[in-house]
Amino acid sequence: MGIISRGFAGRSREHNPELPPGQYLTEDFPVLSAGPTPRIDTDEWEFTITTEHGVVHRWSWADLMALPVETVATDIHCVTRWSKLGTSWRGVSLDTLFAGVDTSYGFTMAHSYGGYTTNVPLADLMGGKAWIAFEFDGAPLDPEHGGPARLLVPHLYFWKSAKWVRGIEMRKRDDAGFWEQNGYNIYGDPWLEQRYS
Amino acid sequence: MTTVAPPVISASNVWKVGTVASVHTESPTGRSLMIDVPGWGGNLAGQHLDLRLSAPDGYQAVRSYSIASASPGDRLELAVDRLPDGEVSPYLVDDVQVGDQLEIRGPLGGWFVWRPEQTEPVQLIGGGSGIVPLVAMARAHAASGSTAKFRLLYSVRSPQDVFFADELASLTSPNFEITWVYTRETPAGWPTAAGRLSPSVLKTATIPAAEKPTVFVCGPTGFVESVADWLVALDHPAASVKTERFGGK
Repeated sequence: MGIISRGFAGRSREHNPELPPGQYLTEDFPVLSAGPTPRIDTDEWEFTITTEHGVVHRWSWADLMALPVETVATDIHCVTRWSKLGTSWRGVSLDTLFAGVDTSYGFTMAHSYGGYTTNVPLADLMGGKAWIAFEFDGAPLDPEHGGPARLLVPHLYFWKSAKWVRGIEMRKRDDAGFWEQNGYNIYGDPWLEQRYS
Repeated sequence: MTTVAPPVISASNVWKVGTVASVHTESPTGRSLMIDVPGWGGNLAGQHLDLRLSAPDGYQAVRSYSIASASPGDRLELAVDRLPDGEVSPYLVDDVQVGDQLEIRGPLGGWFVWRPEQTEPVQLIGGGSGIVPLVAMARAHAASGSTAKFRLLYSVRSPQDVFFADELASLTSPNFEITWVYTRETPAGWPTAAGRLSPSVLKTATIPAAEKPTVFVCGPTGFVESVADWLVALDHPAASVKTERFGGK
């Protein structure tokens, strides 16, 4: 520290308490993906939860739509430093989906269409903290933003909110997912600025 | 995307002090900077870094930038395009001078990278300042003496907007061909009219899927979305198309 960038004034000194450290506010909705955007028809879409006993809980799109839908107003924080405040989503709570799931494992690996993976502790998916979201700002979720449905875990950096989610697999250990194997933090708490490994 | 690269081990969480060694105007809106960062120790082609600016009152702003260089040692190169509403890029393009100090953290990222030991053909596709990490790959390819087939498709508004124009021209060889797409204005006497990249140009100017290339696409979100969709339609497996996007939609 102690380095001053000569002539740098910066834009704004207003500290926004809703912004985690090192984040800036954007009105845009930037896209960050590691590859092409998968195009998944809701007719062929399905979501599964797989336990250590080999039990596969399975939902079709119609099954998902038949479950109680919650409206979620939340801030989102991308590790690439943009934050978007007060975003509006609709989706099904993971509490609802896990209601009939018997597991003693404490960790999960989310899997996406296209092969993306990300690891999330089970405790971070429960207690009204995570959803399978299929609407953003009152409209069906764009494929670029993870439609038809993405995981929404907004209290962690947004790479944990796996786009094009197709399943959650129970894990005994906190194994690293895709970005977690590629230099990013195993947990990703934006308020602790856990960006990199 | 079903296979992933091994983890990149680095002291990436430590801020280091960099000193601007030289600046070079690349385009009406862009500039490249050579920065000396003691302890940097080199980076892989395609990696990025965090750059932190501090105002006298302690205010700080951090942004991520792709690295244009891939050489060993403590000197690295950035190339930055000025964003009209930007907070950090106008400072880097308009204000920063030789001898100024910046803080740097990195190198970062282990996915959008090319390693000289890779032998498969490589297709690079850049839109605008998305060329920067691809230049690093072209430089690493040349410096390593790699015989892997490389091709670059570079989509840019006009000849004045080209980053690293002379160097890219000098890097061309039987193992590194470049196709230029000018979207607004072409050089004098150019055989085709200016226009956006089309699926047919993409098909004819890039390595076909049958040769199993790894494809790196970097640019604005809309450009990358279109190109990645067309590549998949041309039978490139999604897992072999690596993308990096910037900006909203």
